[in-house]
Amino acid sequence: MSTLVLLTLTGLGLGALYFLIASGLSLIFGLMDVLNFAHGALVTAGAYAAWRLTGHLPFAVAIAAAIATGAALAALIETVLIRPLYSRPKDQILVTVGLGLALPALVQGIWGADARQLQAPKQLAGTVSLLGARVPTDRFVLIAAAIVVLAALKLFLSRTRYGLVVRAGVEDRAMVTALGIDVRKAFTLVFAIGGALAGLAGALGGVYFGSVSPDQGTSLLVFGFVVVVIGGMGRTDGVALAAAAVGLIQQFTNYYAASGLGDFAAVAILAVVLLARGNRDGVRRLIRRAA
Amino acid sequence: MKRHVKNLIPVAVLAVLLSLPYSTLRIPGVFDGAVNTPGSLQLLALCLLFAGLAIGYDLLFGRLGLMSFGHALYVALGAYSAELAMKNLHLPLVLAALLATAIGAAVSTLLGAVSLKGVGKLGTENLGTVGFAMVTLAFAQAGSILVGRDPKTTGGEEGLPLSTEKVPAAFVGVVNTVNLYWLALAYLVLVCAVVWWLTDSRVGRAWQAIRDNERRAEVLGLNPFRYQLGAFVLAGTLGAVGGVVHLLVTAGATPETTTTDFTLALLVMVVLGGSGTRWGPVLGGVLYTLLDHRLGAVATSDSVAGLPAVLRVPLSQPLVLLGVLFVLVVYAVPGGLAALPSRLRGRRPPTRPGLRGRGPRGQRGEQHRLGVVEGEAHGAHPDRVASEL
Amino acid sequence: MILELDDVHVTLGGSHILQGVSFSVAPIGVTALLGRNGVGKTTTVKAILGLVRRTGRIDFGGDPVHRLRTHEIVRRGIGYAPEDRCVFAKLTVTENLALAERRGSAHAYDLVYELFPELKARSAQAVGTLSGGQQQMVAIARTLLNDNRLIVVDEPTKGLAPKVVTEVAEVLERAAERVPMLLVEQNLALVRRLAGDGVVLAAGQVVHRGPVRELLADAALTRELLGVGQARGESVTPPTRPAPSGGSIHPLAIVKDRQPPDEVSPPESTRSDAP
Repeated sequence: MSTLVLLTLTGLGLGALYFLIASGLSLIFGLMDVLNFAHGALVTAGAYAAWRLTGHLPFAVAIAAAIATGAALAALIETVLIRPLYSRPKDQILVTVGLGLALPALVQGIWGADARQLQAPKQLAGTVSLLGARVPTDRFVLIAAAIVVLAALKLFLSRTRYGLVVRAGVEDRAMVTALGIDVRKAFTLVFAIGGALAGLAGALGGVYFGSVSPDQGTSLLVFGFVVVVIGGMGRTDGVALAAAAVGLIQQFTNYYAASGLGDFAAVAILAVVLLARGNRDGVRRLIRRAA
Repeated sequence: MKRHVKNLIPVAVLAVLLSLPYSTLRIPGVFDGAVNTPGSLQLLALCLLFAGLAIGYDLLFGRLGLMSFGHALYVALGAYSAELAMKNLHLPLVLAALLATAIGAAVSTLLGAVSLKGVGKLGTENLGTVGFAMVTLAFAQAGSILVGRDPKTTGGEEGLPLSTEKVPAAFVGVVNTVNLYWLALAYLVLVCAVVWWLTDSRVGRAWQAIRDNERRAEVLGLNPFRYQLGAFVLAGTLGAVGGVVHLLVTAGATPETTTTDFTLALLVMVVLGGSGTRWGPVLGGVLYTLLDHRLGAVATSDSVAGLPAVLRVPLSQPLVLLGVLFVLVVYAVPGGLAALPSRLRGRRPPTRPGLRGRGPRGQRGEQHRLGVVEGEAHGAHPDRVASEL
Repeated sequence: MILELDDVHVTLGGSHILQGVSFSVAPIGVTALLGRNGVGKTTTVKAILGLVRRTGRIDFGGDPVHRLRTHEIVRRGIGYAPEDRCVFAKLTVTENLALAERRGSAHAYDLVYELFPELKARSAQAVGTLSGGQQQMVAIARTLLNDNRLIVVDEPTKGLAPKVVTEVAEVLERAAERVPMLLVEQNLALVRRLAGDGVVLAAGQVVHRGPVRELLADAALTRELLGVGQARGESVTPPTRPAPSGGSIHPLAIVKDRQPPDEVSPPESTRSDAP
């Protein structure tokens, strides 16, 4: 039982991390059709910002700095590099690929290739006893952060004018401009939100893994992509569910099958989902027949 | 006349490449020793190998418009399965290479079908490209994880040294580096022959039709899935063969071949040189490999060590420079280096009959360079245009 | 003249679609933009709004707007109901209208809900679940919400059942009393009823300008410029004047419109024959 609880919360914690990364990716893609390969670099940037400040300043400040770093970097990338290329969608992806290569390499150049230990504050370093399991506190922090972000994103999308613009832009960007709205402001905003969440993911990921390294963001990005494809582009709820599912399946497979198989399981689910989607009609018919 | 010249270029290039191992020329800054020294030939072999791999990758990226982020998987499959076949099954090199090629073909068929099938149904067309990119990335990542997590079989981070006892003596040892050069050249010629021949054939025209507008191609009676899968399998198989060559040239299977960065390097080569062109990937592959090695040397040189940190740090990381160069090329030279001469020559748009006054300029490249309102992506959607016409 | 185009060119995907279009739109009444399929009517509209790259001069309300971006042009007072409506299917009616609200303009919800009481009743419904006619009402309502100096309506009756076409016509007629309109329309009966001036495009150029009545009265000219395609126009039931408002059921109400979206209904007779 205690193993089950620990695995579940660890899986959900990992899923929370995936959600923070995937929700930004999914929003950016949904609105702008930009597949952001630099997203992993934003995660890394956030992680290093948090690592630099931890120990010198309160941890909350370190987290805030990570968020700010991610948001500022993302807004800069959008306005300077992505914006001039809106008529060349493929080149936008290529530019993010270039950044995704260069930024982690730059981090490596400055702080070295080796992982740096991130000393989490005492409140996060301990464990909490729950149903007989001793669960590391940071799992709860991650899950709570993801829930807060999910709620905030939903509120933003449903209650604010910018959220309305974003939802409309996901459907038809050109028509939004034809209503007299400067959709580019929404682009920058969405990119910055994605960057902020990536920065947060970097900082919390540093706590979760206990260290930061230059390619940490990029390896998390892959699972971010898996989650986005499974959950559906531009669908926040779907992404949240998929993130939780992927995190849980990874942890459980790693524990009960073999270490390392969990990552495979995540990719295998992706394949199954894709095949099922390819044969959606067939699957629906099956379900109807079974019901 | 012009045609003759065009046909002569490959012959001339091949003649130069064939003569290089006999050349004692010194090119300071590019090669440490003379061209025919083992060190230079090794680097040249890598250049030719990557040129071949880049052509294979461009088959997907440039010819069919498929952005694969998992091409490394097939190169790694070729290298690792050939080495494992020699080491564990005790097969001689030729059989191991054939087995590796067959595995590459089989896996690319399977995963290509899954990636392409799922992608078509993900939603809008744009999502198709992106979904494919993500899915291929995920599969390749799985391969990378497999190699990393099973050190007993794959050697983990160390990789696997070449089982030299199964390899003909001609490919072993520093004195035989020239044979590795010939091998890499043979690989490049093979890839060029297959890809160029197909591109000029009926299949190539179908590829182009599908790349330009998948739906229109479908209306014309082409089955995009079949052509895309065919190209994917061909690229995967050629990649696996390249993996075997990589195994021999670098005397081992290295985990670097499994990483996303390996695929991204191929992407950078193709875009740098010019995607969808004959010579672009070759140029990009050679240039990238040379830069990657020379920049590495620059990074550790004394002149860089003496620079202030602002300059030293980026210069010490080849990937920073390559990434920045890549972004610059995407911005400043859309179409890559191969398109540079025609861009410089073709600045002025051709005058067209029926175009008068201050009509729009006809050049596609020109259009791209000017800022375009966001709406165009929507307004100029191929299908919309078709229905508007 | 509220809108003037001078030598406007558009090239899309290598095709030179507009080849020097010049015409103007009167500050009063409806100007119809006519022509066969594929002559560039929709492209002209998109060029005005900056939705495609174009060269040439475009003046709106006396000021050049061809260097502005789409949202800036629209903010100067253009309402646009595009071909295929382009309503936001996943957003509710209220949200679709709220999105159209422009800063610095009064929002004429009273007018919109008077013209389209059905939209008020369905305000919380996702627009994608509405019928084609209702979606067209949303698209037109968006143009009437703000204080526009011109509204541009592209093929408002495309794909609609004849009965709904009549309703759309009535709404457009009401709208035209308030604001000048540039109308792209294939339905010649509708054009005859609404439009004063007509501009005819062929192969990306203006080939005829003048009062619509004169053009349509000349059968030979009509056939030459617009093709023989009067069929669509003549299949439409002649519109009736709307009953004075105040009745219990508004004449423009589209309650009975049960057509599936975007489908032209079969003629009444065949429908009644169905089991």
